[in-house]
Amino acid sequence: MNLPSEYIKWKDEIQEYAEGYGLDFFETIFELITYEEINYIASYGGFPIRYTHWRFGMQYEELSKSYAYGLSKIYEMVINNDPCYAYLMKSNQMVDQKLVMAHVYAHCDFFKNNMYFSKTNRKMIDNMANHATRVERHIDRYGAENVENFIDACLSIENLIDPHSVFNVSAQDFPDENQAGKKANSHHFRFHSEKEYLESFINPPDVLARKRKEWKDKKDLTEKKIPVEPQQDVLAFLLEYAPLEQWQYDVLSIIRDEAYYFAPQGQTKIMNEGWATYWHSKIMTTKVLSDAEIIDYADHHSGTVAASPGQLNPYRLGVELLKDIEERWNKGKFGKDYDECDDYLEKKSWDKKLGLGREKIFEVRRLYNDVMFIDAFLTPEFVSEHLLFTYAHNATSGHYEISEREFKQVKHKLLQGLTNWGQPFIFVEDGNFLNRGELLLRHRHEGIDLNVNEAKDTLKNLFTIWNRPVNLESILGEKQVRFVFDGQEHTIKNIE
Amino acid sequence: MSKRIEKDQARFRSIIRGRVKKNLKKYITHGELIGKKGKDFVSIPIHQVNIPKFRHDPQKSGGVGQGEGEKGTPVGKADEAGQGQAGAAPGQHILEVDVSLDELADMLAEELELPNIQPKGQKNIESDKKVYTGISQAGPESLRHFKHTFKRALRRHISAGTYDPKNPIIVPVREDRRYRTWKVKDEPVAKALIIYMMDVSGSMGEEQKEIVRLESFWIDTWLQRQYKNLETRYIIHDAVAHLVDKETFYTTRESGGTIISSAYKMAQEMIELEFPLDEWNIYLFHFSDGDNWGESDTNTCFSILEESLLPAANLFCYGQVESPYGSGQFIKDLKGKFPEEEKLVLSEIADKEAIYNSIKEFLGKGK
Repeated sequence: MNLPSEYIKWKDEIQEYAEGYGLDFFETIFELITYEEINYIASYGGFPIRYTHWRFGMQYEELSKSYAYGLSKIYEMVINNDPCYAYLMKSNQMVDQKLVMAHVYAHCDFFKNNMYFSKTNRKMIDNMANHATRVERHIDRYGAENVENFIDACLSIENLIDPHSVFNVSAQDFPDENQAGKKANSHHFRFHSEKEYLESFINPPDVLARKRKEWKDKKDLTEKKIPVEPQQDVLAFLLEYAPLEQWQYDVLSIIRDEAYYFAPQGQTKIMNEGWATYWHSKIMTTKVLSDAEIIDYADHHSGTVAASPGQLNPYRLGVELLKDIEERWNKGKFGKDYDECDDYLEKKSWDKKLGLGREKIFEVRRLYNDVMFIDAFLTPEFVSEHLLFTYAHNATSGHYEISEREFKQVKHKLLQGLTNWGQPFIFVEDGNFLNRGELLLRHRHEGIDLNVNEAKDTLKNLFTIWNRPVNLESILGEKQVRFVFDGQEHTIKNIE
Repeated sequence: MSKRIEKDQARFRSIIRGRVKKNLKKYITHGELIGKKGKDFVSIPIHQVNIPKFRHDPQKSGGVGQGEGEKGTPVGKADEAGQGQAGAAPGQHILEVDVSLDELADMLAEELELPNIQPKGQKNIESDKKVYTGISQAGPESLRHFKHTFKRALRRHISAGTYDPKNPIIVPVREDRRYRTWKVKDEPVAKALIIYMMDVSGSMGEEQKEIVRLESFWIDTWLQRQYKNLETRYIIHDAVAHLVDKETFYTTRESGGTIISSAYKMAQEMIELEFPLDEWNIYLFHFSDGDNWGESDTNTCFSILEESLLPAANLFCYGQVESPYGSGQFIKDLKGKFPEEEKLVLSEIADKEAIYNSIKEFLGKGK
């Protein structure tokens, strides 16, 4: 749009290279903006317009300060949208801009083709702006403080969604604000009839009455417990059953929409960054770089994939694992024969010259998310070659310390940190707990206790939404407990 | 681009201020603010405001890292780890919020319910306040007064008969233009002098000095808010008194005995020579552990106080810090000698926690 001609030239050229390698992306629009603007957009999670909330201001404050002190700088930002929007920072050198362009095209390809993004809204920029307008309207009517407090409460539970439910047809298309309450009426007992005079023959009244009664009996039976099955999408449950005013319903559904939009980015962080890093390095080093740029490029690329001690860099893990897969499928290092071979040297020099690597990584980018990616492709050789370890907290020293380098443990910890974004599984168990209209949630304990103070504060926020006492069953120090917040005070009861 | 984010930022800052205010008592009794003082503001470290969520206990979860190291090699402090890990809980960031000294003083006032000070005596004149008062025919274009200019032009158009109500275009010419003018107004501003005196004899330890340092920080902040013109002097004494700079004041440690009257004498002379009483509001603060060299010197102190310091000052505050060596006699002597004196404020500061009340005692009189 506002790109200078040199940029347009490079953009077109890099786009051509990317397409040449088989990347397939939405139209991509680059905008050249100042660091203030980039900090501002980054604070809004990449969007030019979001609803008003102080936490965006907090992010802005942090980003601006760390930029001003030279602690950090945002290189690239790209939005999953059709068309894709990406931002380039004005003060960067041309070599950086090229790197970012190459990186961005790969991200766009990932957004468009990875299965976990397939259900995301591709007009999210417009949608976010609409959300902003809706929140603005509620603020005008109900007051900034009321709306802010309610948003705070909703954000406190925004992670209680079920990212897999978008693939489950019946759970989709949750009624939006206009359809709320107008749920299925008697229509679904009728057969469709074109002609009105046939109606009484196709749908005889006595049959309809019988069917309605059958349905109602069944409904009465199952509705004694709400929800029938434990439900991971707590937000959907609250939308359906919490005593919300119209505007509150709207705010909560906005938060839920946005949470679902961002969910796949959390589910594919390692792969997505790995994929983009893989392609920027391929495109830059084989096609784009001039001799004069090589040093700067190498400097910045190594910054991207640097491993700071003790931490895991998703860019690095992603790209190294993708390269590893490519090599294994090129050489045929997979399958029964390879797995059953226990001669170290033979395994090491294994090469069937299959050349399937490129094809395989394209398949991986289409079908996998981070959990599956690690589960399927992390190998003992990779773990030892890349010096991966697990760490644990040592209460005596107050430090985190290296605890294991064993493949199984590393893989287990890694998966644990990625499953459900490394967050606890929480389900709605009962919406009429103790037959007193209380809410009961259950934490499916998978070896790690909850952070008690935060759990208490979260329950308090949940109370704002549910308006009746809220309960959470969990395990603390191997004891079954129930957190209760009754609107006044917190208690933690031991239960057996 | 719009300024949407600035609105959110302003809201965030006001939330932060609310937090600082809530925890002001903690900040008053801890030294962390003083090191962060800039020219007009203090940076206050505060934990990032987190939206609570159901999360795992970070100390029980651990994670995966990359790099060299044996089993047991530390990889990070408890608050730091976990940040680079995909999908893990966000680390606790420390934010620094800048709060202006004036704002801090206002918070302090609100927290301690401090009354505003009514400055005494003649005020001296500070003459640089500009007030826009009138309209003139000449001036810089940036000060052009639109309404007046428009009116002149409209009047001219109507009287010349060139005004057409159906096409009301008004073109001002040179003579129509009017500009705002200003006058320099003399504004009286009260001046104040603070003299800090401290006993640096052997019995005053580091902890005692820290208390004095904290307390004087808050006194400065408050008086700065009340007086635009503030002078500060520092006197240390053991058996003899010295006029020193701020740095020396807080760092000097002597080993001699204590003759309090030496400091009082020096303050007395300084006021007489440099600070005419009708121009200056004078605040005297003296911190000591209450050990003085003999009764005769205490009597000398009394007479200096009675004859010159108390009449001259708005307030004379004596803060007695508790020390394992001092007898703490001096405060009792003062209490006995001047039971009714309004300008004399006595406060015993047992430890850092007591600073809070001590400030309230010193500044709560509104003088």
